[in-house]
Formats: sequence, structure tokens, C-alpha cells
Amino acid sequence: MVYGVLRFINFAHGEVFMVGAMMAFYVASGLSTTSLWTSNPIVSLLIVLLASMITSTSVAVIIERIAYRPLRGAPRLIPLITSIGASFTIQYLVRGLVGPSTKAFPRIEPLRGTFEFGGFVILRSQVVVIVAALAMMLLLYLFVEKTRTGKSMRAVSEDAETAALMGIDVDRTIVKVFAVGGAMAGVAGALWGLVFPSLNFFSGFLPGIKAFTSAVLGGIGNIVGAMLGGVSLGIFESVGPSLVLAGYEIPAFSQLKDVVAYSALVLVLIFRPTGILGERLAQERG
Amino acid sequence: MSQVVDAPVPVEVELRPTPPIEMRRAVRLGLSGAAAMVLVAATGIVATFQPRMVIDPIVPLGTMFLYLVAFAFGWMAAQPPPTLEGFAPAVVGMRNVVAGALAGLLAGLGVGVLLILMTVFDLRGVFIELSPELVEILSLGLPVGAAVAVIALISAAAGALGAGVHLIPTRFRRSLMPALIWVAFFSLLTDLFGQLFVGLKIDFMIDLLYTSRGGALTVVGAVVVLVLFFALYWYLGGRDNTLRERVQAMPKDKRVRWQIGAAALILVVLYFIPKLMGPFVSQILVTAGIYLLMALGLNIVVGYAGLLDLGYVAFFAVGAYAGAILTSPQSPALSPELTLVAAIPFVMIAAAIAGIVVATPVIRMRGDYLAIVTLGFGEIARILLNSEWLAPYFGGAQGITNIPDLQVGPLTFSTPQDYFYPVFLFVLLAAYITLAVQNSRWGRAWMAMREDESVAEAMGVNIVTAKLSAFVVGAVLASFGGALFGSQIGSVFPHSFDIVVSITILVIIIVGGMGSVPGVTLGALVLIVLPNLLREFSEFQFLFYGVLLIAMMLKRPEGFIPSKRRAQELHSEELAQDAWLEIYGEKDQVETVPEGRA
Amino acid sequence: MPLLQIEGLSKAFGGLRAINGLDLHVDEGEIVSVIGPNGAGKTTFFNLITGMESPDHGSILFDGQNIVGLRPNQILQLGMARTFQNVRLFPAMTVLENVMVGQHCRTKAGLFGAIFKTPAQRREEAAIEEHAKEVLSFFGTRLAGYRHDQLSMVLSYANRRRLEIARAMATSPRLLLLDEPTAGMNPRETVELTELIGRLRSEKGYTIVVIEHDMQVVRNVSDRVIVLDHGVKLIEGSYDEISTDEKVIEAYLGRPAELGA
Repeated sequence: MVYGVLRFINFAHGEVFMVGAMMAFYVASGLSTTSLWTSNPIVSLLIVLLASMITSTSVAVIIERIAYRPLRGAPRLIPLITSIGASFTIQYLVRGLVGPSTKAFPRIEPLRGTFEFGGFVILRSQVVVIVAALAMMLLLYLFVEKTRTGKSMRAVSEDAETAALMGIDVDRTIVKVFAVGGAMAGVAGALWGLVFPSLNFFSGFLPGIKAFTSAVLGGIGNIVGAMLGGVSLGIFESVGPSLVLAGYEIPAFSQLKDVVAYSALVLVLIFRPTGILGERLAQERG
Repeated sequence: MSQVVDAPVPVEVELRPTPPIEMRRAVRLGLSGAAAMVLVAATGIVATFQPRMVIDPIVPLGTMFLYLVAFAFGWMAAQPPPTLEGFAPAVVGMRNVVAGALAGLLAGLGVGVLLILMTVFDLRGVFIELSPELVEILSLGLPVGAAVAVIALISAAAGALGAGVHLIPTRFRRSLMPALIWVAFFSLLTDLFGQLFVGLKIDFMIDLLYTSRGGALTVVGAVVVLVLFFALYWYLGGRDNTLRERVQAMPKDKRVRWQIGAAALILVVLYFIPKLMGPFVSQILVTAGIYLLMALGLNIVVGYAGLLDLGYVAFFAVGAYAGAILTSPQSPALSPELTLVAAIPFVMIAAAIAGIVVATPVIRMRGDYLAIVTLGFGEIARILLNSEWLAPYFGGAQGITNIPDLQVGPLTFSTPQDYFYPVFLFVLLAAYITLAVQNSRWGRAWMAMREDESVAEAMGVNIVTAKLSAFVVGAVLASFGGALFGSQIGSVFPHSFDIVVSITILVIIIVGGMGSVPGVTLGALVLIVLPNLLREFSEFQFLFYGVLLIAMMLKRPEGFIPSKRRAQELHSEELAQDAWLEIYGEKDQVETVPEGRA
Repeated sequence: MPLLQIEGLSKAFGGLRAINGLDLHVDEGEIVSVIGPNGAGKTTFFNLITGMESPDHGSILFDGQNIVGLRPNQILQLGMARTFQNVRLFPAMTVLENVMVGQHCRTKAGLFGAIFKTPAQRREEAAIEEHAKEVLSFFGTRLAGYRHDQLSMVLSYANRRRLEIARAMATSPRLLLLDEPTAGMNPRETVELTELIGRLRSEKGYTIVVIEHDMQVVRNVSDRVIVLDHGVKLIEGSYDEISTDEKVIEAYLGRPAELGA
């Protein structure tokens, strides 16, 4: 699950996530040969997280610098198209750099096994993911709501021009937004490795779209909303197919998981055509 | 209130000098260039291209590509700032060359660092392309220390050369650059030119220009091509006005005769193309034609109506599957076994319905949301076609096979050469529709909607009908492409209808020029034909697309052959003014009122 | 029966009551000015009657027909066209094309006509162009000749305002709504436009409602002036009546000295 505070659809966000996951993979497999991996898994996990965060953040900031900053104030479709370009570029750069093969994450022994929780069986790794996601959410919420930087971010997303007139450095603020978004994506990438231990250069695309779907479900720019959106999308996607489709005796319904996700997106947008909080953004068309 | 001045009084204004280029910028570009060159090397582009010679035996493609990066960054570093009103044109001189060389040098040092790292550490565990062969290529067989120095020097030279482009006189430059590009064409598109020479029965040209192995240009061949094209462009550049202007200056009846003659000539050439080119090139041209057909359709949806559709491939799929189901005896559920010609009306109906299905939910959506939802539709279509659930109707992952060849009366179309003609016919039809609709009531309504949806509605445009009609026209054109595709390949599989196809079509219209038929045609030729002819290249096709998309958006958002209005739109005077303000740091004092548009 | 009859019109944005129980009418052939301080709800009033926003309460009768709930294009078809306070042209279309779009709802050629170039479509296309040129000629040389093929974004500010009026005229309206037509114009252009508004009625027979801040213009063009404040009608009457009214002076004009300015 990835959560962004970005203002337009950044197709490259999924790739930022993928790069983070890649980094996590290499650090993890590097560490897994050392003794630290078995003796102190928590520390090594933190190292992995940190590495993927740093990588994703730098990639996000570089993308912003090269591809988006010169386009500020251009017609709205142009950065959108650029982000598609950036997404492709990163995907295939990674493919060229590390090859097209699918990578398998090393296992972390203490995270195997399950908890039983009121009748539900939960994998330990999933617990870690949920806890980490909640922690990140809280941090992000505090950051955006309470700090000075967070305040200027909100101001810029409301009205960049006015914010600039109020003495906020719009460029720097947007870089920070990208950095924070990138860091979150990095964490998500590392966590992804824990739950779904396979990864290739194309892994970022679908999570990227789904991240956007969550954001839209909950309302763009609204962290709590994005979280709720992410959770509900997740539940919908995993439970929906078996619950809804199995009833109609549809074979191999798990294939249709993504159809459910996309349909959810389409349905939400039909009833809230400009997103739940998106009306104002659509009008100013800036 | 300002006083009204009746006629501007001409005043002798002393022109301020344009500030010289900054070395800091050159350093920055040099560092970016280093990153770019390292990536080019590390993604395997250099090593993959290396066996291919551009000019045998002195210029291998891989090395050339690497130093082309240095050349490009040198060119950028030395680019003089634009001449603005009230300023004298920038003085171009040694300083620019030094800047270019500096950028090239830094970029080359980046590669040097990579080389040292590669020899000291074994990085292959992570970066699979950092192989001993790459070390061999980069170091030119020299020991590492010497190699680093040589690389840096070559890069600096390439950068200086790139900078030098700004120094040579315009006419010379305008003759030299295209001639160099033609040399590259001749060298890399050996298949194309080889076939052409064989077709034209001038086989001796092949022996003259190309080496017997690998098919690269010989040194002699390269010089011949260079001189020939240089002379041609020099001659063309020497005339005052272009052919186009001269045709336009003719009296009307003579002009019409000229135009008819030109059109007839083009048709004759096109008639002979498949006969000359053989099956391999024809197949590529057919593929390009199908993409072009779709690009023209998407051009109406995106270029005219401003609706960014990222799931356009769904319409292509609808056309292909509708054609397959109606014509193939292998179709699982319904198999009327019509001929393709008889099936076309039904394909159109299916596509129109698909267009309406996609358009209906997005009627009230704008910009980004529309893009993401259409993308969703494209994926839904593919997943559904692939699913076992609908396999009894669409064949699931096995698709539908055994689609018969196109038959029109006594003619049977089976080879790629045969298919060139129907594809070309449909492309012509699509181009005609595009142009005919442009200056019509609905064309204007679409453009008005693209410009400002709510005002268009307030000015009487029915947004619902306008969006539906744009999607339907786009869908029908794509479905023609799909039906021809299925019939030509003989089978349809869900995996042919990936999101990548949608993006490729989008890249075509953006690179070519949104809203411009010649632009879109050029885009399809360059982006589909070139990667297919350059087989080494296909592995990096999408990397190239991605970089191209970003570069185009940054430097030339209107495309290579823009429609006139878009060029005006994206390069209005305000931009020049902004640049002026930036130089003199007065931006904060002047408030520019942004136009009320996105 | 008045051409436009509004009763109990209300519209709130969140807690802000932009229009609050407004009653007014416009008779055929009148020129009515709507004035009021910033935020009085003047533009919202235009948005409501042209269908770009939907009212919370109230009825809007245009020529006896209730138009609440109709889409903007349907309302335009009935004969009500507007311009925008912040000039909203189609920037990447030519001057002529901008005006030609205005006739969209008065014409009917379909896509098939355009593709097959039917005689009917050709005739209609020629007529649209003819009409567009005629409308533009109303502005003298300002928007004539080579300007036809210029993109509307390159026009001067005053010309953009003129073009917006031309685009509205091309829809063959009965009621023309002008939202601050002289904003940003210099004094000479303002005088020219004031005269033009008069000609719009005398030569074209439009009924006109104009939102205006320039009191000189208001005095010269209006038969009747309606003063809005906080979404309610403060008073209406002739220019002389409202310009001496205590409430108006207090709410809007501030000091009497400004009146003659």
C-alpha cells in the first residue's frame, strides 16, 4: 500500500516503489549471507527499510527535477504524459540494469509462522506490514498536519500561486512532497518484499495504479481517506471475487481480482466524477 | 489608465548584450551526461550494439552511441541563450566550445569511474550487464589508467564537436546534419536499402556501399552517402523558397495539376513498395500501418477532443475479436464464418457499442480521472478476454485461431505484401476522415470541449453527444485496425492487447504531433518501423519510448510535425517573456496573469 | 409577460448564501444593469440562470418556460447567451472558429455529413462561416480580415472581450448576458463598448442584462438598474433613482462624491 500527497496522477510512483523494493531485495540478499540476518533480524530489517527509503526518495526527487519541474504551469495533460514516459524509462532502465528475471526475497525466519487472533489466522509477516503501515500513516499524518513543512505542503496543494505570494518556496515544497512520497513508496516496497517475495521490473505498475485507486477511493490529499481507501480496496479485492463472483459459479474467479479493483475505481469515479475531494482541483485546471 | 498611442514611433534602441553562457551550467550538464553515459553502458546498450558496425571497421554502433551522449550534452552545454527583444544576438565563440568540451569531459570521467569500479569490484551480481566484454569495449583494449584518460579525451572531443555545431554557418549545418543522419540510416537499415536495391535491380550498389559480412557501410560507402546527401541538401538549402511555397505561389489551375500529379506519383510509388521490399519489410510496414490506423483514431479522441484515453487498446481488441469470432471456424461459441468484408459492418457496430460503453461512465470526468478510468477499462478488457470464465466465448489464453485470409471477390490476400494494400486503404480512409471532420461542426465542438468544457457547454455544445461521438469514431477506426490485424496474423490472443500497445499509440501521436496527420504518420513510421528494422534495438524499444516521451514533453510538446495551431499554442510569446524575466531576475516584480486554461 | 422572470432564487455555497430569495424580471427589449459590491452574487446569478450551477430554491422562467434543471446547452438553445467575467474563449482555436462554435446549437449537420461531404452539410458549413463573418463585422475592423485566422489567445485583452461578445451573438440569442464587458479596458475602449451595447439592442434587437462596475457605463446604457448586496436585491430603478438612494450609497458607493466620477 502506497500513499501519496501528490496532486496529479504520477504514473512513475509505482516505479519509485519498485525501485525501492529492488533495493530492498539486494540489501536483504546481501545481508542474508551475513550472520546479522539470523542473529538480529530486526536490525537487518531496519537496514533494509532505510536503504529502500533512501533509494526511492532519491529516485522520486530526481524524477521531479528532470521531468516535472520544467513543466510546472504547463497544460495539465503534459505532466501526465511525462509521468508515463518516466514510468517506462525507469521500468526499462531497471530491466537493463538488473535484468528481466524475477527476484525472490530471502526469508526471514522469525517472520514465518502465524498468529491466531480470535479465530483468524494471520501470517506474522502480515502483522509486521500492518503495524508498519499504521506507524507510517501516523507519522505522515503528524508530519503533514503539525509541522511547518507539512503546512506549506498543504498550502501549495491548495493554491500554488497564493502560497508563493505568502513566501513559501513552491519548488522546494514540491521537492519535499516528492521526497516524502518517495520515502513512503520505499517503505512500501520493502514491505512488499516481506509479503510477496517475488519481484521484477514490471512489479511497480499494478501497485502504482492501485495506490492511485486507494487515493481516489478515500479522497486525494486526505491521508486518513487514503488509508481507508487502501484498506477497503484491499479487502474488496481479496474478499470480493470469492464472495461476489463465486456465487455466480464463475470458474477461476481469482483471475478476476484486478477486474474487481478496476471496477471499484470506475464505480467510485462514476458517482464522484472528480474524486471525493477533487472537485476544486478539476475546476482550477492548473 | 494608460494613454492611447496612435502609431508607434520608431525609436533607435541600443541593444543590450545577451549574457554569455554559464560554465556552471556546463558543469551541471556534464554531471548529468556522466549519469546518462553510465546508464547507457550499464543497461547493456553499448554491449548489445557493439557487434554492429556503423562504418566497417572503424565505427562500431555501441561505442558510437556512448559518445553520441557526450556529443549531445556538449551541444546542450554550448547552446546560446535565445535572442530576446532588446538584446543583441548572443556571441558564439570559443567559450561555447570550451563549455561543450567541459561537459563532455565530465561525462567521460563518469564512464571512467564506472570502468575503474568494474575492474576493482565484481558488480555482476547486481548489474548483470557489467560484464568483462563491456570492460573490453569501454577500455578499447588499453590498461585501465590509460583507458580512463582516453575515454575522457574522446568524450571531451565529442562534447566540443557537439558545441561546434553551433559555430558552423547555418547552411553548412543544415546540409551536414541531415547527411550524417542519412549515413546512419543507410548503415543501420541495411535490410531496407538492400531489399530496395535488389528490387530496383541495382544490386551493384550493395557491393559498392556495404561490406559482405554484417552489412555495415564501408568507409567508401559512408563517404559516398555523406557527399551525395550533403550536396543534395546544400543545393536545396541554396534556393530561396521551398518546393511547398513555390507550389502555393502557382496560379490555381497549375497548382491543382501539380498536386494531382504529386498524389498520383505517391500512389504509384506506394503501389510498388511491397513488390520491391519483400515480405520482411512489408510485414513491418503492415504493422506500422495498423498502428497508424489506431494512432489516427486516438488522435481524434486525444488530439481533437482532448480526452486522454489510456485504454485505447480495448477498441483494438474489440475489433480483432469481433473479426475473429465472425470469420473463424474455430471460434468457440458463435461461428457464423462470414468473410471479413461481410463482417466489417458488424465489427463497426461492436466497436461503436464498446465506444459508448467506455464513454458513458466518463462523461462527467475530466483530465486525469478520465485517463485512469480508461486505463482501467483497457485492463478489464484484457483480463476478461484472458479469463477462464469467458473462455467458452473468447477462447481464454488460447485465443481464437484459424482466422481466414481476407478475400475480396476473386482476390485473396495472404502474404504481408498483399496485406499492405488493404491496410493502406484503411489508413487513407482514416486520414481522410480526420481531415474532413476537422473543419466541421463536430470537429469544432470537440476542440471547444478540449479547450474549456464548461464554456463549450454554455455555448451550446452537447457534451454528452460530443464525447460519445469522439469515442465512437476513435473506436471504429481502431476496430478496423484490429480486424485487419487478426486476419493478417490468422489468430488473436489476449496478450496482444496489453497496456503497452495503448502507450505506444500515444507515443506515436505525441512524438509526431497531436492533431496533425503527417505528424502521426511520421510518428508511426519512426517508432514502429525503425525498432523493427534494427533488431538489436528492439530490446531497448520501450526505454527509448520512455525517454522520448519525456524529452518531447520538455522540448517540443507540439511534436515533430505539429499542427499549426498547436505550435502557436505551446510557444506563445509569453514564454519568451518569461525567459527574459528569468535572465534579469525581475520575475518577482512582474505579475503575469495566467491564461484561464489548463 | 416578461422575458425572464425569477422568483425566490437561492443558492448557498457551504454556509455562504450567494443568492438569497431573489425576485426579478427582465422585459423584452430592455437593457438592465446589475450592480453591487464584490461578492454580492452577481456572477453566481448569471451562472444560475445559464444552468452552469443549479439553484437550491426558486424558479427561473424564460419566455414562460421553467428552465431550472436544464443543461447549459439546452438553455442556450432557448435563446440565452452569456460572456464571462474572466474571458473564457477557446484559446487554441481561431477567431472565426470561436464564433462558428457559437452556432453549434443552431445547426444540425452530423458526422456522416462531414465525412461524406453531403451537399446539405456543405451548404450549412458555408452558411455558418458567412454568419460568423457577419457577426464579426459588427465590430468594424477590430476583428476583421487577417484576424479571422488568428488564434484567439494572441488577441489583445479588449479584443478577447469583443470576441466573447461575438461568440455569444453567433448563437442568435434573445437575451444576452454580459459579465463586466468593460473590465480591463482603457477609457476609449470603454466608450466604444458602451456605444456597442446600445447598438446590440437597436440593430440586433437583443434584450440585455449587463453586470458592470463602471458607473459611467451603467448610466449610459441602462433602462433599469438592479442593485444586489449579499445575494438580495437592495433596490431597483432608474440610474438616477438608485444613485441617490441612501441604502445603495451605504452598501456600495461609499461616499456620494464618487457618483459623478
